[in-house]
Parts: sequence; structure tokens; C-alpha cells
Amino acid sequence: MTAELDEIVDEIISALGPTVQTPVTITTDTNITRDLGLDSLAVMDFVMVLEDKFDVSIPLERIAEVETIGDLARTIQDLRGRA
Amino acid sequence: MTILAKFTQLRESYQKMAAIGRDPFSVRFDGILSPTEGMLNGRRTILLGTNNYLGLTFDQSCIDKGVEALVEQGTGTTGSRIANGSYGGHGDLERDLADFYGRQHCMVFTTGYQANLGIISTLVGKDDILVIDGDSHASIYDAAKMTAGQVVRFRHNDPDDLYKRLRRLSDHPGNKLVVVEGIYSMLGDTAPLREFAQVKRETGAFLLVDEAHSMGVLGQTGRGLAQEVGVEADVDFIVGTFSKSLGAVGGFCVSDLPDFDILRVACRPYMFTASLPPSVIATSIQALKRMREEPGLRLRLNANSHRLYEGLRNLGFQVGPEANPIVAVALPTKELAITFWNALLEAGLYLNLALPPATPNSLALLRSSVSAAHTPQQIDTAIQLFAQVGRELGVLPDPAIVQAAE
Ligand SMILES: Cc1ncc(COP(=O)(O)O)c(C=O)c1O
Repeated sequence: MTAELDEIVDEIISALGPTVQTPVTITTDTNITRDLGLDSLAVMDFVMVLEDKFDVSIPLERIAEVETIGDLARTIQDLRGRA
Repeated sequence: MTILAKFTQLRESYQKMAAIGRDPFSVRFDGILSPTEGMLNGRRTILLGTNNYLGLTFDQSCIDKGVEALVEQGTGTTGSRIANGSYGGHGDLERDLADFYGRQHCMVFTTGYQANLGIISTLVGKDDILVIDGDSHASIYDAAKMTAGQVVRFRHNDPDDLYKRLRRLSDHPGNKLVVVEGIYSMLGDTAPLREFAQVKRETGAFLLVDEAHSMGVLGQTGRGLAQEVGVEADVDFIVGTFSKSLGAVGGFCVSDLPDFDILRVACRPYMFTASLPPSVIATSIQALKRMREEPGLRLRLNANSHRLYEGLRNLGFQVGPEANPIVAVALPTKELAITFWNALLEAGLYLNLALPPATPNSLALLRSSVSAAHTPQQIDTAIQLFAQVGRELGVLPDPAIVQAAE
């Protein structure tokens, strides 16, 4: 994994703080809906937070493909690369 | 594993809710007596959750027009307009709606849901971007699922947040369509449409306003929020429904965009479903006429909205931010909301129980919708019942205890 991707993962994890209630250790392999107990609305709201944090537009249809924190980080990296 | 196994969790939460009392998803009226009263379990019940804003469902002139069309043209069109042809009434209603809104074009759909689904998903092509409010109605979310383009959400009723998101997309060559609602159906809050219109002008986006709950309710002549705040020229598309103020069923979109009519052969939820039956078209035409001829209905509605909103607020309930025909009371928990709803129903008051995920900010709501046809006495009865149940359930302080403490 690249240094940049690691950084994105760290940022995502720190941003998740206020959203996640269950005390779990979050890693790249953490499944966002299953392990963190976020419903689809919570995921969409969290995506808005990330859009602002990374100053990037993350279209909803890209979220449909995302399962883990790692997927999410790669999606953001990809979208940033295109900007 | 059966194909329905994925709904196990949904079934459990549904059953938990139904176990508290009546099942709010399968209330069955024995009869409807008027726009504001029905029979439920053998009891006369005040209807305070019907979206029947102008109370036109039993208007004699609407009923007469509907019966006439039923007798003369039969029960249904039995097909879609592109395959089976339109009846005169479909065109008449489109002409009347275009005239009412002062626009060139109108398309009538079989429901308001389909109007949103069809118009939004067809306008936003694969290279375009759909930008929706985070608290949008399900029909807008479903349109978003159906569109081939990208979908971006912005924070509810936040023009700065919309601006920020559109600015991020400024290098994207596609067209952007921003979708907002006149009055939001859960809390009754209006969109800051003047500010949204300004963002739209600055960013060159297109603007669609869903006036489902504001048609016949807001604006000098009842055209909705865009008229109320004077930004109709900035609104490219208005979507609305016949199922609320017009007391029937059906939906529409009006626009001044040249070539709008091409959508008639591009928009699948318009093309591949049967058109509205002649009787429904006839009552809708007449209801629109009544709405235009009798602004007093809107004034009465407005007075009733204030009466209920202020009555509940003054009791100490947590209500929405504005006095509109949708008056929602937020309760601390889902269970309390379900119990409260059941108690009101037992006492002869019907309204809507709205629970997450259908509600903003995961609120548990008792949602009322006021009608011009409610008498002030009916509104006062509703307020009294709210007070009584609120004290019984400890949502409101017991007045005896409050007095003792003073
Ligand atoms: C905001 C909004 N848009 C669209 C609709 C759909 O309208 P209809 O019930 O006529 O299909 C509704 C109501 O159901 C609504 O609340």
C-alpha cells in the first residue's frame, strides 16, 4: 500500500470517530456496514463528511461498490487523482 | 434459504412495532365520512393525517365531473398514452396546469412518484450530475438510483453546502440538476429557495422544485414556494401531484424549456404505464379550477395550520421549525411514539406515525396534516387529545406537579 493510501485510511478512521458507537478497532479490512453497524443513510452522511475533508466529490453510485475501509480509501484516491 | 430471508431483520422490527398495539402500516377504515372524518373500528375518528390540504375529496362539483366522465368514458384507459392514445381530458389537464403555472409545457403522469422518477432520471443523462438534498423524498432517491449520471447529496436546506458541492464539480462538463422540495413532508419545513435560486444562477445549474406539499398551500395564487418567495423564473422544472391539494391521484411536471415535449418519447415512467382514468382526470381538472377560484380555501388552511402548530407548541411539544399544514411532533423514542400514536387512535384521532429511516435525523414523529375542511373545534379536540395523552405518558409535565412546584 502506498504512503498516500495509508494517510487516507488514517483520515477516514479519525473522521469515523463521532459516527461509530461500537468500540471496534478499525482497519483497512473493516466492513463498513457489517462491522461498524452503519445503515445506508449513515454511510451517505459519512460520505459528505469525507467529501469535505478531502475536498472531492464522491458520487453515490461509487459508494455502492464500497465494502471495506480500504475500498473507500482507494475510491477517494482514485477520485482525487482525477481532479 | 428462501428468497425472503433477507427481510428477517425487517420482519422482526415490524413485529416489535405491531406488538405495541395496532399496526400503523395496515390501518383499515370501515368508511370515510368526509374529508376530515372516518369510521375506524366502529368509532368516528378525526382524520388529521391525509394530506387533503384543501379538503376537496368530497367537493360536489368534483364528484359530479368525475361521475360524468366515468359514465361517458368508462372506468379506465387500459393503456399508455404512447401506445393507446390520449383522451381529450389528458390534454385539457395539461393545458390547464400549464396555464395555472404560466408555463409553456406540462406532462401529466400516473402518480407524483412516477413524475419525479421519470423526469429526474430522464433529464440526468450519463454525463450529467444530479444534486439532491439529503432529506429528499423516496421518489427522488429512487430517481437517483435510476439515473445513468452521477449523484451527489448536499446537507438539508443548506445553500452554502450546495454551493460548495457545485463548485467542486465546476470542472465537470456535464449539466447539473439540483432538486429540492417546497415543503418537506416530514417536518413541514420549507426550502430556503431564494438562496438556492441564487446558487443556481451563480453556478449555471438547472433547478427542479417538487411542490407536492406546497401546491395550493403557498404563494399568492397557490403555485407553491417558488411563487411565495418570487423566484419562479429561476425554477426550470416544477413537479407536483394531484394526490394532496387536488384530492385525487396523479402527478405532473411543468416547464418553459423549449423542446420539453421530447420527454414524452424518452421518459420511461411516462411511456410504459397506463394513463390516468378519465374520472380521475376530470376530478383533477375540476379541483384545480376550484383551487383557483376559491383562494379562501388556502386562507382557511393557513389559519388551521397556525391553530394546530401553536396549540401543540404552547403545550410544550417539540414541533417543526415553521407553521405549515404539516405539523410534526418529535418524541424522544420510537417506542414512545408508537404508544402515543396508539393512544390517540383509541381516543378517535388518526394521524401518521413516522419512524426512522423514513425521517430526518432519525426522529420518531407524530405527523399531522391539516386541512381547510377541519373545523376549529376539530383542531382544538386534536390539541386536547395530544395534551391528555402527553400527560398520561409523561411527555408533558403533569400540571398538578408544575403548580405544586411553583
Ligand atoms: C415530496 C413528495 N414528492 C412526491 C410524492 C409522490 O406523490 P404521489 O403520492 O402522488 O405519488 C410525495 C408523496 O407521496 C411527496 O411527499
